[in-house]
Amino acid sequence: MTTANTTAAKPRTNKHIIGMLFFIGSEIFFFLTLLSSYAYLSGAFGNLPRSSLAVPRTLIFSLFLWASSLTIWIAERNFHRRRFGAYRGWMVITILLGLTFLTGQGIEYTELFRKGIALNYDVFSSAFFTLTGFHGLHVVTGLIMLSSLTGMSFAGKLGPENESAVVSLSYYWHFVDAVWIAVFCVAYLIFI
Amino acid sequence: MAQKSMGAAPEALSPHEHPFPPLNRGWGWLTWFSTTDHKKIGIMYMVTSLFFFGVGGIEALLIRIQLAAPNAKVLSPQEYDAIFTMHGTTMIFLVVMPIFIGLANYILPLMVGARDVAFPRLNALGYWVFLLGGIVIYLALFTGSLANAGWFSYAPLSESAFTSRPGLDYWAAGLIETGVGTIAAAVNLIVTVVRYRATGMTWRRLPLFVWMMVITSLLILFALTPLNAGLIMLLGDRILHMHFFRANASGGSAILWQHIFWFFGHPEVYIMALPAFGIMSEVVPVFSRKPIFGYTFVAGSGIAIGLLSFGVWVHHMFAVGLGVPMNAAFSATSMLIAVPTGVKIFNWSTTMFQGKLRLDTPLLFAAAMIIQFVIGGITGVMFAVAPIDWQLTDTYFVVAHFHYVLFGGSMFGLWAGIYYWYPKVTGRMMSERLGKWHFWLAVIGFNMTFFVQHILGVMGMARRVYTYPNLPGYGTLNLISTIGAFILGTAVVLFLWNIVWSFRKGKVAGDNPWDAWTLEWATTSPPPEHNFERLPPVRSARPLFDLAHPELADAHAAQPEGNA
Repeated sequence: MTTANTTAAKPRTNKHIIGMLFFIGSEIFFFLTLLSSYAYLSGAFGNLPRSSLAVPRTLIFSLFLWASSLTIWIAERNFHRRRFGAYRGWMVITILLGLTFLTGQGIEYTELFRKGIALNYDVFSSAFFTLTGFHGLHVVTGLIMLSSLTGMSFAGKLGPENESAVVSLSYYWHFVDAVWIAVFCVAYLIFI
Repeated sequence: MAQKSMGAAPEALSPHEHPFPPLNRGWGWLTWFSTTDHKKIGIMYMVTSLFFFGVGGIEALLIRIQLAAPNAKVLSPQEYDAIFTMHGTTMIFLVVMPIFIGLANYILPLMVGARDVAFPRLNALGYWVFLLGGIVIYLALFTGSLANAGWFSYAPLSESAFTSRPGLDYWAAGLIETGVGTIAAAVNLIVTVVRYRATGMTWRRLPLFVWMMVITSLLILFALTPLNAGLIMLLGDRILHMHFFRANASGGSAILWQHIFWFFGHPEVYIMALPAFGIMSEVVPVFSRKPIFGYTFVAGSGIAIGLLSFGVWVHHMFAVGLGVPMNAAFSATSMLIAVPTGVKIFNWSTTMFQGKLRLDTPLLFAAAMIIQFVIGGITGVMFAVAPIDWQLTDTYFVVAHFHYVLFGGSMFGLWAGIYYWYPKVTGRMMSERLGKWHFWLAVIGFNMTFFVQHILGVMGMARRVYTYPNLPGYGTLNLISTIGAFILGTAVVLFLWNIVWSFRKGKVAGDNPWDAWTLEWATTSPPPEHNFERLPPVRSARPLFDLAHPELADAHAAQPEGNA
């Protein structure tokens, strides 16, 4: 990460960060199960509901989510350099990018519901809503944590001693963004 | 601390050696609800598991009563289904897994010389979520139904079209919760070992129980989330009318459930076996008065088992008909995984070979574990051969096989561990006299119950069916099995009584009653809230041996297992 900073090496061995990495490892297997189930069932997907997915629009909304990985990285860099004002600014941008992505998912879901394609419509809808829905829940969880840290920072309660929280949340957020690469590829590109 | 001879009135423990930290402080017994001390949480895990052990044991006896004679009507088919489902679920998720986690919670931080686990509050959360899950599974009783599709809950039987009562929903929801709690515990144990080992305790000096718990925790992390994903899909099918595992025109796949379940299910077998391997690797050397033979091989074969365990799950599905390439590939991996397991058997036997054996209860259980686990392992290799599996699957041969592994192996290993560490936890020894009774009744009862089931299985008796026809030999063998089960039940009652009796009246243990070598014996029994006053230097895998034999310490440290 940062080379100039002597404290930057320290948080990597911090218990919170190690714990978060193992937790993410566990989560990876959760999503691998959902992804492989999606692939496994895709042979039985009907054409009508699948063709209802808006691929280009979702790609654009995905770019917002992936961009948020960049912004949280910049935020974390600023935190390491003790520039807390900049940290808060980039965190707010990260949250807004995450919310934009969720809006896109909301539009997608609403359109499917309008066509009568709800969770129980068929095997495609079951797999699609479960896969993207659990990713969405992870985004929501991430947003809650991002907001908490940002709020603490605005209240002046987030100092250098909380570095491990900042770093481990950043890892979690990168993970959520990376999962969406896999989900987008599987649901919108490969089995479409 | 002087030890008192048996027979004399038990010595009163002075306040600072009282089994548990004083409870009359602050909120009294309510502190158990708010504690984040790994020792108290470990005890809570173990006591909860022992309670469920009683429940699961009663369920086992009900099964054996129903099966004592052909065409019996003690239980209705529905009741029988619910009871064997709950027996499996209880023993696996609410007994064996949490009791090992509880033991590790108590002992592991002490073994690595830590003050507590890495995340004490997460640890408490993990326990309470686990307990909630256990309660939710049994809460289904108030709906008048219990889960009854087997512990594997195969689709489409588990779908609402065939199992409409809500018991199965409680089962799935409860298991998701125990899964979450277990994952919290696993993260905690791993980070504790990675981050909080005593100075000088390199990975090659780590006690083998700790090694095995690290591998177990990794298996928990990577196997429990797939199960939770599968359970979520099952609940989606049952409650939201989704289509994952429905076998109808909508295109769902019942086989997908089997893949998910056994992708979890086979690592799960090792989640229940590896901690017992770890206990064996502590108990056998101490009671043979020799260092473990081949430390590196015990740890290394544990890693091999952990990796291979994710590549054998289809051997539970040979009867599905997935085709020759699949069956052949998973036959091969299943035979392969027997190799690292066999390595451990050699490690323990060669450790005992020419050792100065001390035939105390822990070693008796450990020795029986080796023999019984070998029997279960051999029948396991038989099942790796697909044609044998086709012939014997769904018979009592399978029941005999996995009880030899899980009861004869894991449970006997656990008993060795409980007799071994009870003095550390309570400050008092468990009664050797009751322990010997417990041991012999358990060996006789266990083998009587399950050995005959091999024969019944080969004769073709189907498992999971509430009764059986009066074919030649069936009645007699089943009656033997049932009598054995009651002998085993008596042994368990003696064991529970031993725990209660020894808590008040056992011989005062002292810091290191077994003359053992790992760090947990360097502190008082029970340890103070902060665990250690001071830690001895760790220069090998046996720090207390080095402390007692300084003249040998350098030579000992030069052994492979002593090197950094």
